[in-house]
Amino acid sequence: MQTQTLARSRHRSYASRPMSPSDALTETVHTHVRFDEDLALECGAVLPRYTVAYRTYGTLNAARSNAILVCHALTGDQYAAEPHPITGKPGWWDQVVGPGRPVDTERYFVICANVLGGCMGSTGPRDARPDGSGPWGTDFPPVTIRDMVRAQKRLVDHLGIARLFAVMGGSMGGMQVLQWAALYPNAVFAALPIASAAYHSAQNIAFHEVGRQAIFADPDWQGGRYWQTGRIPARGLAVARMCAHITYLSEEALTRKFGRRLQGAPKDSSEAISLFGEMFEVESYLRHQGSTFVQRFDANSYLTITRAMDYFDLAADYEGDLANAFRGTRTRFLLVSFTSDWLFPTPGSRAIARSLNRAGANVSFVEIPSDKGHDAFLLDEPDFHRTLAGFLHGCAMHAGLPT
Amino acid sequence: MTSHDPVRFVAKNMRLDLALIAGMIAPGSRVLDIGCGDGTLIDQLFHTKGCDARGIEIDMAEATRAVAHGLPVMHGDADTDLAHYPDGAFDYVVLSRTLQAVERPRAVLAQMLRIGTRAVVSFPNFGHWLVRWQLLVTGRMPMTATWDRPWHETPNIHPCTIRDFFVLCQEEGYQVETWLAVDDAGRRGPWRRFPHLANMFGEQALFVLRRL
Repeated sequence: MQTQTLARSRHRSYASRPMSPSDALTETVHTHVRFDEDLALECGAVLPRYTVAYRTYGTLNAARSNAILVCHALTGDQYAAEPHPITGKPGWWDQVVGPGRPVDTERYFVICANVLGGCMGSTGPRDARPDGSGPWGTDFPPVTIRDMVRAQKRLVDHLGIARLFAVMGGSMGGMQVLQWAALYPNAVFAALPIASAAYHSAQNIAFHEVGRQAIFADPDWQGGRYWQTGRIPARGLAVARMCAHITYLSEEALTRKFGRRLQGAPKDSSEAISLFGEMFEVESYLRHQGSTFVQRFDANSYLTITRAMDYFDLAADYEGDLANAFRGTRTRFLLVSFTSDWLFPTPGSRAIARSLNRAGANVSFVEIPSDKGHDAFLLDEPDFHRTLAGFLHGCAMHAGLPT
Repeated sequence: MTSHDPVRFVAKNMRLDLALIAGMIAPGSRVLDIGCGDGTLIDQLFHTKGCDARGIEIDMAEATRAVAHGLPVMHGDADTDLAHYPDGAFDYVVLSRTLQAVERPRAVLAQMLRIGTRAVVSFPNFGHWLVRWQLLVTGRMPMTATWDRPWHETPNIHPCTIRDFFVLCQEEGYQVETWLAVDDAGRRGPWRRFPHLANMFGEQALFVLRRL
């Protein structure tokens, strides 16, 4: 393993340069830092070098004490608070991160990094193997949430930040937050796992497996070596996304948005809907979700990251007792869940809060009433946003950040 | 301050019993406030005494309001959630005007004195003369400024009197380190040495307990 000084001298940063959307996934250049040093993964494999793509918002203060790391969810990426370079859509946490938002970029320096195994510039299955023999594909090592966090820690070190004011994120982002707090308690002043859990439930693993099987069943998947023909397993990945998307919503939200309304079949569609001549609005919506997703996401990354979530069970690393992960911690925690979230339901957050109590940690915990399901953490939920802003403000006072 | 003086340190809009409790807590202590509402007491304890004060609140809207004010409050239930704290985690565990509303007051008190060195308990006194008088004269459940909800709607399922509480402390082996009663106007009663009178004229009671 190379020394830090040597490794640091080899870092190169590049500016983001949006490309034409046709082959955007392969050609968009993302701001990143490359670490020419080993990353020993939990599975035993070693990445001899790795890249972490990231974006920042706001200004790091002179004391380097106002940094907030935002961790993204399964299909999120580092473009949290700006238009996405491929889709052009607003950042996935645009309503939470920005000037005057709950995570106020006038006050805090926000970092968001693409996870290890992702497909927006961080090292993942689309990247070339170290020996240059083509992309990793399905041979990419099975990374874990802990591996993702260790790569992020390297980025935070590289940015010269010894202690993050806060680490926050929803869903899989919340898993990373918990892992951060357990692994680097002195580097995390406040931790905000939102709509998350300390382990992935059997039901959630089951849904992931349906998605993975949909990808495997697509003839264009080609054993994961789809780059060889240039045909991506778009149908399989779209079905995986459709299935997952249902789990992000709630029955109330689907009823409110679509009900049982029908719409005419698009005339130019070659799909099987002509079988019935018309389709439910909810079907149309899901198909749209599926088809737009495949333009920005890599199937092998989807397989890798869903697996990382499935493997996550933080207590298992601490003699089966989650409280052991946090004993003696001085980190201040905020747990938030949403009433209609059945993917990461409130009992999971409450169990974390109780483990934190047993560890003697400082913990705030609320459940926000919402009919928007798991996706509520991404959407306009004023009570949630007030809670985030107030918690961060209180922590800033305790951390001695200038107001 | 003598016991006859009106309480002068009531913070603006701060409930009287909370101000009295705040006056009993040593600076820099670790405090858990059970049933903390919107967190008025823990806010006060942090700002005026530098306490590490945390709260539990069963009403989700109140808990959310407290967190949105930057206070460390979690949604939880006194009857079930105290079991998750380690022994001796706090210097003071506060239960203000909530004891009469919990499912198992004895168990809650026992948990408070397991996780805290001291328990600070305030409760409305059911032995107050007006309560007795109403029951005696009308033969119906009393309705007073303190006991202001009809019997079928009140969350106060375990009302007790000051004397009842003394008996419970004796049975459970808790040392009453200090106690006081306040009258309707919020003055500390002059009945410190006469629990029977306090039980007659005190509208609210405040106890600080320790394990023997």
